[in-house]
Amino acid sequence: MKNSKPMIDRYTWYETIGIYAGIAVLMFFVLAPFIEGFLVSLKPLALLFSSPYSFWPENGSFTAYFTLWDRVPMMGWYIFNSLLLAFVITVVVMCLVVPAAYAFARFEFPGRGALLGAFLAVNMFSGAVLLIPLYRLMRSLGVLNTYFAMIVPGVAFLIPTAIWLLRAYMMRIPRELDEAAWVDGASRLYTLRRVILPIAMPGIMVAAIATFIGAYAQQFIFALTFNSKTEYMPIGVGLFAFFGRQEVIWNELMAACFIGITPALLIIVFLQRYLVAGLTAGAVKQ
Amino acid sequence: MSRSKGASLFAFCLLLPALLYITGIVAYPLVETVNLSFTDAALKPVTKWVGWANYEKIFNVNFSTIIVRTFIWTFFSVAIKMIIGVCAAVLLNAALPGRALFRILLMPPWIVPMAIGIFMWGWMYNGQFGMISGLLQNFGITDGPVAFLGYGRSAFWATIITDVWIGVPLVTIYMLAAIQSIPKDLYEAAWTDGAGRFYRFRRITLPMIVPALITMSMLSLIATFNSFDIIWILTRGGPSGETTTMIIDTYKTAIGSYKYGEGAARAVLICLFLSVFCFFYFRTVSRISSGDIR
Repeated sequence: MKNSKPMIDRYTWYETIGIYAGIAVLMFFVLAPFIEGFLVSLKPLALLFSSPYSFWPENGSFTAYFTLWDRVPMMGWYIFNSLLLAFVITVVVMCLVVPAAYAFARFEFPGRGALLGAFLAVNMFSGAVLLIPLYRLMRSLGVLNTYFAMIVPGVAFLIPTAIWLLRAYMMRIPRELDEAAWVDGASRLYTLRRVILPIAMPGIMVAAIATFIGAYAQQFIFALTFNSKTEYMPIGVGLFAFFGRQEVIWNELMAACFIGITPALLIIVFLQRYLVAGLTAGAVKQ
Repeated sequence: MSRSKGASLFAFCLLLPALLYITGIVAYPLVETVNLSFTDAALKPVTKWVGWANYEKIFNVNFSTIIVRTFIWTFFSVAIKMIIGVCAAVLLNAALPGRALFRILLMPPWIVPMAIGIFMWGWMYNGQFGMISGLLQNFGITDGPVAFLGYGRSAFWATIITDVWIGVPLVTIYMLAAIQSIPKDLYEAAWTDGAGRFYRFRRITLPMIVPALITMSMLSLIATFNSFDIIWILTRGGPSGETTTMIIDTYKTAIGSYKYGEGAARAVLICLFLSVFCFFYFRTVSRISSGDIR
């Protein structure tokens, strides 16, 4: 305790222990499924299905990570599909949201508040509520059992949050920049493309990352309902392939889960700085 | 510049693509749901107008039990999420070494694909060989294996815990941001006056985060009310319907039994409840911003 911390931030030894104990309990709750899942992926199936329960994988190995590709040959496709869906959804969302967020952040036009409210109200409905007409819509568009059946509704439900995040960021860009460009005779579209977009790039990145994570994490219900073709399934639905007629191949299922988690973990590791800063900036300024 | 007519037109042009998209994929289906709820639409070529028959039918099949269950499920899930979220935010706000790392370690449940997190919980709850049952037996708390998803009561709580697990990271990050936006001099003034840590929490932190607390509970309430993946993957609404919430029941009716009309009537009821939540939410938000609640 001989560092230069302000006095108010100093903790007595029992306070320190108390805080770390609290954090430890929290971390256990949050991480237990991952730890257990990882250990399960290392255990042979026979050990898994034995009593009494043993926490540590004795003679554990990474065998499941290799054999799962034989049991579920489409596994690689599921991961590819998940990434592809998340990527396409993110691109479409950003194309729609960047101009919309700019309009909300910069212009005063009749009905602005109501329109913004209407966009945010979309968050109120989950896909499940609108499933029936969406199903009929997809059928009449003839896109059932294609990638589009998952992309089209997926995009709609990610638009509101992206608008919210990006609008908050764009509102902090000084108005003088637009006005300077205007005085110099730049058209509005030119101003948006050449002045605003480059400055808003960090904000756009945050919104895009958040959208990508959302698109990667929440692709279950549309994939479950609008697609029955194995070759288009994302990982969340594809994992049901490990549920055999007799038993679930748990060790390979958990190994597959960890392979599916990897892209999300890479995002956390490399982009967490933007993520926390960006999300909280959008959250509190309202 | 930005108030002229040309500017308004330009703004509308910028908004148009997103607006059209939402109209087509959210607004039109919403109207269509209401429309369908008055018909006997199903897997047959002709549908006819049946008036309120679908709604009457809903309340004949004991739907009120499902509504009550949905509310209890949602209430406990949101309440536990908020309590854990606020505690976690306070803990992770403490100026101790390692807090940056712990903030990152908190995020996985929210960021990994939901289905994967749920599959992992499915194993944890596994009666014969899962971790929770296994540890309980190893410590001698229970005699035999407990199949958590096999009994109505425990399955109900098991799905709530998984929902809490997925929701906690977002609540914590949001509450952490709220705590960090409280002016530091408030704490310093209280500290100078000799106020203890707990007293400062109760008299400064708690009152200051009330607006954020309300906002987050409402957002969390809406998301939890709509929760589908968790219950569907863990129990499919079973055992014997004990975890069937309104959304699960709607899905089973509409997609499982192809009764589009009856499913739509259930969806309309869900929308009505959500609108009530939103009404109270917006009213509370406007009261906060006008300074009524502080």
